[in-house]
Amino acid sequence: MEGIQLSLISREKLEKMASMEKLRMILDNVKEGKIVVLESGLTPEEEAKLIEMTMLEIDHENFVGIEVESYPPKESFFSKLLGRKPGRLTLIGPANRVKTLSKQEDLITALVQLGDG
Amino acid sequence: MGLMASLRLKFKSMFKWFFKKDKMRIGIYGPPNAGKTTLANRILRDWTGDVMGSESNVPHETRRAKLREGVKIEVDGKSLTLDIIDTPGIATKIDFHEFLKYGMSEEEARRRAKEATEGVIEAIKWLDDLDGVLLVMDSAEDPYTQVNVTIVGNIEARGLPLLIVANKIDLPNASPARIKAAFPQHTVVPISALKGLNIDTLYRVMAEKFG
Repeated sequence: MEGIQLSLISREKLEKMASMEKLRMILDNVKEGKIVVLESGLTPEEEAKLIEMTMLEIDHENFVGIEVESYPPKESFFSKLLGRKPGRLTLIGPANRVKTLSKQEDLITALVQLGDG
Repeated sequence: MGLMASLRLKFKSMFKWFFKKDKMRIGIYGPPNAGKTTLANRILRDWTGDVMGSESNVPHETRRAKLREGVKIEVDGKSLTLDIIDTPGIATKIDFHEFLKYGMSEEEARRRAKEATEGVIEAIKWLDDLDGVLLVMDSAEDPYTQVNVTIVGNIEARGLPLLIVANKIDLPNASPARIKAAFPQHTVVPISALKGLNIDTLYRVMAEKFG
């Protein structure tokens, strides 16, 4: 059966992982053609690092990059107090399979293709 | 970011305020084709009579960051000296096939794609060495891209002054209001870097923000 594998990763699991461990896991999954959905998302610094790591691994034959979409983080009273801005739900997939159709503050619409696009 | 990191950032901002640099290092950021080099050239032409680099409709025309030091801007009797870095467009994907559409040979397209990936890495690394950012967005495009969200998030996390430039207002479907609605916490200046529209307002706001 042809299909696409989705990895839905919980907030608890992500909180236990170091940044580099998290980014490595995401990139390895995406390079295998999987789509990764993170319950708690990444920090802006992690998102920048993910783009940097992606660029280092593009080979122009099998992996042309990622499609990544996240909602902007919402600031609560406590996050302001602690200077913490946790990322929110984030979707990451191979660029040749995932295409973002639209994105608003609270809604991401993506198209997932079965074969290579 | 934890409590200690937050306090460190606040202390850093206070330190910067007390010991202001005589020169600010400003990065021009944005996705490919937003008009970053056109803006850099406009600023340089207006204040030095020179240009920064070549402009093109082909994405990733700028593949190496370009630095121009000591650009002096004078607005309303206020003087501001900037080091300006025109950075390559940040993207999450680069496919050499895209460049073939612009009539390039496969070899040329592959070389451009390789250089473009290096350019994105260089642009991200520059974020650690800036005093402020001009984030250029295309007013005719959807502002809610991941690149814009990531850049804004990084600048906020570093506590740097950020000015959003809503470029290409000369296009018929331009909507700077859409950019303002997407990033209401930041100053947005609508301009056309190509035609020079509203450019004096941009210089005035730059002097306020970075001066």
